Amino acid sequence: MSGKPQRFWLLVVACVIFSAACSRESTVPIPTSGAAGSPAYGDAVVEGTIGDASTLIPILATDSSSHAVADLIYNGLVKYDKDLNIAPDLAESFHISPDGLTIQFHLRRGVTWHDGRPFTARDVLYTYRIIINPATPTAYAEDFKQVKRVTAPDDYTVTVEYATPFAPALASWGTSILPSHLLDGKDITKSPLARKPVGTGPYRLKEWVAGQKIVLESNHDYFLGRPHIDRYIYRVIPDTSTMYMELKAGGVDLMGLTPVQYSRQTTSTRFTSRFAKYRYPSSSYVYMGYNLRHPLFGDKRVRQALTAAINKDELIQGVLFGMGQKAHGPIVPDRWAYNPQVKDIPYDPQRATALLAQAGWHRTSDGTLMKDGKPFRFTILTNQGNQQRLMTAQIIQQRLRVVGIDVKIRVVEWAAFLKEFVDKGNFEVVMLGWSTSQDPDMYDVWHSSKTKPGELNFIGYRNDEVDRLLVAGRSTFNLEQRKRAYYRIQEILAEDQPYTFLYVPDALPVVSRRIRGIQPAPAGIRHNLIDWFVSAGEQVYTK
Amino acid sequence: MKRYLIKRILVLIPLMVGITLITFSVIHLAPGEPVEMQMAMNPKVGKEARERLRTFYGLDKPLHEQYFSWVGKLARLDLGTSFSSDNRPVKDKIAERLPVTLSLNIIALLLEFGLAIPIGILAATHRNSLLDKGITLFVFLGFAVPTFWLALLLMYLFGVQLNWLPISGLHTLGSDSFGPVQYLWDLAKHLILPLSVASFGSLAGMSRYMRSSMLNVIGQDYITTARAKGLPERLVIYKHALRNALLPLITLLGFSLPGLIGGSVIFETIFAIPGMGQLFYQGVMSRDYPVVMGILVIGAFLTLIGNLLADFGYALADPRIRNEG
Repeated sequence: MSGKPQRFWLLVVACVIFSAACSRESTVPIPTSGAAGSPAYGDAVVEGTIGDASTLIPILATDSSSHAVADLIYNGLVKYDKDLNIAPDLAESFHISPDGLTIQFHLRRGVTWHDGRPFTARDVLYTYRIIINPATPTAYAEDFKQVKRVTAPDDYTVTVEYATPFAPALASWGTSILPSHLLDGKDITKSPLARKPVGTGPYRLKEWVAGQKIVLESNHDYFLGRPHIDRYIYRVIPDTSTMYMELKAGGVDLMGLTPVQYSRQTTSTRFTSRFAKYRYPSSSYVYMGYNLRHPLFGDKRVRQALTAAINKDELIQGVLFGMGQKAHGPIVPDRWAYNPQVKDIPYDPQRATALLAQAGWHRTSDGTLMKDGKPFRFTILTNQGNQQRLMTAQIIQQRLRVVGIDVKIRVVEWAAFLKEFVDKGNFEVVMLGWSTSQDPDMYDVWHSSKTKPGELNFIGYRNDEVDRLLVAGRSTFNLEQRKRAYYRIQEILAEDQPYTFLYVPDALPVVSRRIRGIQPAPAGIRHNLIDWFVSAGEQVYTK
Repeated sequence: MKRYLIKRILVLIPLMVGITLITFSVIHLAPGEPVEMQMAMNPKVGKEARERLRTFYGLDKPLHEQYFSWVGKLARLDLGTSFSSDNRPVKDKIAERLPVTLSLNIIALLLEFGLAIPIGILAATHRNSLLDKGITLFVFLGFAVPTFWLALLLMYLFGVQLNWLPISGLHTLGSDSFGPVQYLWDLAKHLILPLSVASFGSLAGMSRYMRSSMLNVIGQDYITTARAKGLPERLVIYKHALRNALLPLITLLGFSLPGLIGGSVIFETIFAIPGMGQLFYQGVMSRDYPVVMGILVIGAFLTLIGNLLADFGYALADPRIRNEG
């Protein structure tokens, strides 16, 4: 998960410009032949990214750009398949002991590193040791601290033992395995691999021009077969409006669209004949979190009333141009742990007023909501640089005014936002988002032990049953038992409304039609990247 | 003269110390630490991981110790290593971006002066005519139009609609295989839009200076004399008036020298140019102390050197200055 602010500045400007001048699009000759074409090797895919990678040793990287590039260079022992189930990757198979305490991985034979050396259990042992080494500045040691012991009975078997069953453990072995022969005994923070990585993945690094581009070329010896696209190029274009124009001019083949671009600016047949747009729920949600230590929000009827006073459909239309769906809990729809039976609180200002009245809040003649002589007013705090969140807060402000609540909005720079407000509990309401991991474990966000400064239950939520269920949900591998725990947690959260869950935005990638073989799935479009191809007659980057 | 020189150089030392102190304090006073910027709001990160990273960066040490270790390295011309996850030397990070920013800024500056001077002269010699008013309108338009907006419009027109010019970046993909001429032509095409936008915005200031300075000179007695002795108008303006009118502009040029290593964030972001502006902005946003402090100190140092050179120049020209101290 990460709450990093996304950058949509200039979006408004872009809107104005494009809506005024969208009549004609680029004249770059892009073949549009209707024939499906047959798979061929060659060509390149150029993806636009707003940030350069920082390091290509994934355990040291904390930014999404680095991980996106490293994902094509390295493999883990396991991965999520297209339906978001855990599947073997560098491991050929894995077995979990009935008591859930031991996981045994059988490694693929014949896998080689990009430098030709064989991949063995030694690399897995090294990766584990370097992650838990206290001298390694990695952010990802937490999951591996639960491990009691890792052993390798032979070169192609790895056995991991845990003190207690820990369900998120299996997914944690999706971490990129590093080459022990190049790193063992050396200082990883000074390793040249950060700029010249050696992995086992479908692509290897060819060239990295800082701040401009990262060029990957296909690994002909990849264990799942040679990728059809010869080169995968990341172009760094920090501004989304510029990137969009590059897309139209043919300088970029793949990028994420903003909702307004998707729904308003890319609908012409001229555009759709050159580009394929995809749309699926992203693994994230936006919420409004109440500081539960604050006297205003101690009463759950008040929180329910606030949710009832907010029109989520209107938010999705107004902010996302319809490119999203309502959120009513911390799990994104269509995941196995998602409970479709949870009762959402519908938009109903009358009900909101009634609930507030039960809690002792009454409207005076001038329309303000008062209790014990004090008006109902609070500030929504959000981070600078995220236009969507600001617009959401503004629409909510209007809606809450209707029921007599006076809301102010304050936008604060990210570092100050965390340090001065969130960590110190110095806020009334925050507007933020979570990216959710595929595993439903959400102990860190909801457990009552996670309320210290810098921890993620910063709203101070405490519910003994949720605490118990969170522990139950993460300490078994039995899917039915886990499901039961997470279903119940969603019911309780829907009742307690510690957050008002607002919406799940859609991911909106767009890809040049030249690139074929893309199969959208719950996991998105990248799961079969090595099967993407450009048929021989349509290749652009032939060199 | 020698005494004056030595004195001026010695004064630099306390100034530099002061600069490092202010730089260090300013960045450490900003809320948030590099560790938090990297790890906050990530449930996979435990308290221990944060402590680990703080120790790795030396942030657990008392502030004065951090300051002295940084200044100690600085004295040996070592700017330290970046606090971002790449752990690269700050020197390398600056070195790979400086040439781009420096050359862009120099070309833009030359363009600005090359355009502003004739525009200013034209406006001055045709004072209050339709031409003068047209020029005024044009340069103030450039001054008033937001750079990023103009940039996007031009990109759309020349890049998407007409497809004459590349939109962003510095090179076309695959330019490595071009011959030298083709390579330079490709680079030049990439620079047309950014440079036009950059110089258009700053024409107003420069040309207005030139115009008023020219008008000032034209009103002087010696110009009247020159005209009275029957010199052709062309000679009066370009030989007698221009030289004197240029002086204030040369002072302006001096002021813009330290700015050459600084890039504009908005500008670089829109055109996807990896320059110093982006490096500094990202450094500030992620609280990458060594990068931010490094760039600030270099900038301050260059300003000091610039001033010093200017003072030497004055001293050479004016005996009153060099004999005073």
